[in-house]
Amino acid sequence: MSASGAVVTSVAVGFVQVLVIGIGGLLLVGLMRKVRSHLEGRVGPPIHQPMLDLRKLFTKERVRPDHASWIFPAGPVVLVATVVLLAAISPLLTIHPPIKHGADFFVVVFVLLIGSVVLALAALDPGTPFGGMGASRAMTIAALTEPALLVAILALSIPARTSDLSSLVRIGLIHPQLIASPGRILALGAFVVVILAESGRLPIDNPSTHLELTMIHEAMVLEYAGSDLALVTLGEAMRLSFLVALLVNLFAPWGVATRPGAPALVIGLVALAGKVALTGMAIATFEVFTAKLRLFRVPELLAGGFVLAVFASLTALVVR
Amino acid sequence: MSGPVFSGSLELAAGVVLVCAAVTLWRRSLNAIVKTLAIQGLALGAVALVLGIHQHDGGLIAVACFVAVAKGAAIPTLLRRVVRSDPTSREAAPLINVPASLVGAGALTLFAFATTAPVTTLLPTTAGRLIPIGFATLLIGFFAMTVRRKAVSQIVGLLLVDNGIALIAFLATSGVPLIIELGVSLDVLLVVVVLRVLATQMGSRFGGFDLDQLRELHD
Repeated sequence: MSASGAVVTSVAVGFVQVLVIGIGGLLLVGLMRKVRSHLEGRVGPPIHQPMLDLRKLFTKERVRPDHASWIFPAGPVVLVATVVLLAAISPLLTIHPPIKHGADFFVVVFVLLIGSVVLALAALDPGTPFGGMGASRAMTIAALTEPALLVAILALSIPARTSDLSSLVRIGLIHPQLIASPGRILALGAFVVVILAESGRLPIDNPSTHLELTMIHEAMVLEYAGSDLALVTLGEAMRLSFLVALLVNLFAPWGVATRPGAPALVIGLVALAGKVALTGMAIATFEVFTAKLRLFRVPELLAGGFVLAVFASLTALVVR
Repeated sequence: MSGPVFSGSLELAAGVVLVCAAVTLWRRSLNAIVKTLAIQGLALGAVALVLGIHQHDGGLIAVACFVAVAKGAAIPTLLRRVVRSDPTSREAAPLINVPASLVGAGALTLFAFATTAPVTTLLPTTAGRLIPIGFATLLIGFFAMTVRRKAVSQIVGLLLVDNGIALIAFLATSGVPLIIELGVSLDVLLVVVVLRVLATQMGSRFGGFDLDQLRELHD
């Protein structure tokens, strides 16, 4: 294959991955709502309802606060851009992502953080009390999840001696016994806590509430309308599906394409969709049986995640 | 039992012991704390069982069964009765709040791994490398005893210390002789019975289990 042909293929792979994360993210949100409704004895909206919502939002008039600066419209765009970038370069469908060694774990963490910080700044920008409250809460939680995430990464990187995501996924495929090691299991616990916090799911934040006392993420995006709100919704859905896809690929990498070519990619797509859907259904089932934690109890849960991460990396260091 | 399966299951059981120690600091409900202690007792039994099967040591397997019954069932049942007689049955206000004590548990674990490094270099087997986990459990137990106020949580702290010592004993010496292990476990069982009587007396005299409210001894 010529050099230009390889470039075209890798760009195509990146493009497919972005599409999968975008459409899959919306379907994942719809699926989780559907599972939730079923368990609560309701019929619930169809699974593609988030797509219909998104189409409606894009046609609506865009209203922006009078005193908002350029940060306010930039927030949703940056949020979506960060996830698009990560979805393109990460090993989701195949372990040969477009940029070799581009998807380092630390890069992923900090690019995700850029999205959260810009969204918090955009929430502060119009000067409304809800935006400020939501931003302060979101940043408190981010400050607690970030160390847990970084320490949990160590637990995966120490045995593999790399923090490159493609290598981590490949090592999981070659040495399946590493996946069941105690360090990995502890790290999985820490990752689950972090992902629930980062994507604003139930024990930490209720994605479907608009009650001023409890909301975190919804308070931040209260001022957005029309296509801005559509971008925020899309960004959040993509973020959730990206995090879940990364989690399943790190801890259950079976099915991901190891060879180039369309058939392997299709198998990778089916496997990824199945695993992500199962995980999403598990999260939704868990959410039905959980109540939101009081805001003052959230640090306890996140400190628990941090301790799990510390244990995980210590065990990884000792066991080796 | 083959090499990787042996080391994997030993690591897993020892890891469960450590995580249970942290969970006792994390939970506030006394019922949940006692349940966690029961799981830890079973994991400790599993450690002894894995070692016993690996070394084809019938005595150690018998010890494992005894530890699992005593620490996984008998002691938790006794404690659960005390908890049931407590009207609040929650650790309402520990001296150090939960996030800080969890971070403290992480720091103690780091300390344990740092200080037992010479021991692990002396004993470079799978079991030897896991000794820091036992030491960390022991330290977390001491920590739980100092920061918790309720009688039951302090007993649980004491039992964590005991479990940590037992784990170190299993890992370092591949199991103490059966008779010593029986003696130690029965000793602990007796301590729990005495503490249970004491706690019940406290409950009926003062209507509470908060040890900080006891300033002096009365007859």
